[in-house]
Amino acid sequence: MIAVDRELCDFCGTCVAVCQPDAIFLAERDIRIDLEKCTDCENCVIACPLGAMREVSDEDRF
Amino acid sequence: MKTDFEIVVIGGGPAGTTAARFACIGGAEVLLVERRREFGVPTRCAEGVGETSLAEFLKPDPSLISRRLKGARLISPDGTAVELTVEGSGLILERKIFDRKLAELAGEAGTEIRLNSQVTSIERAGDHRWRTKISQNGTEKKVTSRIIIAADGVESRVGRWAGFKTALSLHNIESGLQYQIYDESVDQNFSELYFGEEVAPGGYLWCFPKGEGVGSVGVGLAADRLKGKTARSFLDDFLHEKFPNARIISMVAGGIPVSVTLKEIVGDGIMLVGDAARQVNPMTGAGILNGMIAGKLAGEVAASAIKQGDTSKERLQEYHKLWHQRVGKIHRAYYIIKEGVIKLSDDSLNRVAHLLSDLPPEKRTIKRVFFTALSRDPRLLLELRHIFGR
Repeated sequence: MIAVDRELCDFCGTCVAVCQPDAIFLAERDIRIDLEKCTDCENCVIACPLGAMREVSDEDRF
Repeated sequence: MKTDFEIVVIGGGPAGTTAARFACIGGAEVLLVERRREFGVPTRCAEGVGETSLAEFLKPDPSLISRRLKGARLISPDGTAVELTVEGSGLILERKIFDRKLAELAGEAGTEIRLNSQVTSIERAGDHRWRTKISQNGTEKKVTSRIIIAADGVESRVGRWAGFKTALSLHNIESGLQYQIYDESVDQNFSELYFGEEVAPGGYLWCFPKGEGVGSVGVGLAADRLKGKTARSFLDDFLHEKFPNARIISMVAGGIPVSVTLKEIVGDGIMLVGDAARQVNPMTGAGILNGMIAGKLAGEVAASAIKQGDTSKERLQEYHKLWHQRVGKIHRAYYIIKEGVIKLSDDSLNRVAHLLSDLPPEKRTIKRVFFTALSRDPRLLLELRHIFGR
């Protein structure tokens, strides 16, 4: 699954723009991924300017 | 607190505030909703704009401007610099003040403004009205309207909720990052644009003056060309090389839509403007002016549609038509040029730069870039053919 490192995240919305299933909720200083909707395509991981999105195994979720 | 409006504008960047202003001037009751606590902050933008084009929207007051440019310097992968002087001076804005000014103008025209307000859903009821849920300080409020103008930027979720296909492919978004740095060696009169696979694959790196030793140094890179690296690593590498002693004052990330305008930008009771409609110039990544143009057109059409009591998709198409008349054609041409330029090898970019730097400065214009390159170096024709081949 995809996880966000909120320490690195700048809440800029690049991930939201490339998320085909619209699985990312972003507020001014908050971000959440809807794991039901997420298809693990990793578009957000690739496009994030800061490398704040990562594919992690279920156990490693931070 | 008032809960019923004729038009709700979602997003308070230049497109949203301009749409709200012109809708009010046209006689409509307008609510503008902005997620942030303050207009223009943080500034996810390199702030470059042409001066002549601004006058249509506001007086270019000195407080809105960081620097007036003497020209631009294009730097090829081997370091060859080509100076272009800008016709009608280019400006670097102070968006913090600029966006606030646009919001003030919207407010003066009669727009009701709510800051720190996040739209969480929109829903169209049987009575042809929208119900918009807004979360403000943890409490949820509902407003209704005849028209929604979605100006929610690169994310463009509002359009998606209304059924528009706004999600971008990795090819059509640039992954962006910008530092403001303090370094005495930042050229305060020229913008500098660096090209090449090492520095900025599929995009470019910019250094724009902000005055008094400060510069905005940033990258916008095609997201499908990053090869596992991030915008940040490209920008850090450049900074290390070119400004090793720079002090970083601030950082902003951001995505830049570099596609053609969405096929559909209006629906029943809804209009998309600015980054949300993918109206950024896809060659330069510039979105301020196009956003304001679209905002004005959309605001005027929306107000007139309300007056006539017809907010159907057919009625609102007038905005789409006007956008295409004014910007659409050239916008598509810019996309085709971008697609061509990002395919050029470093070797081709170097050869174009060498040819241009041999020309006298007054002959160096963007138009000439291509014609000179082609007439002096026919081999380039093969590589540039995909630019002209459509």
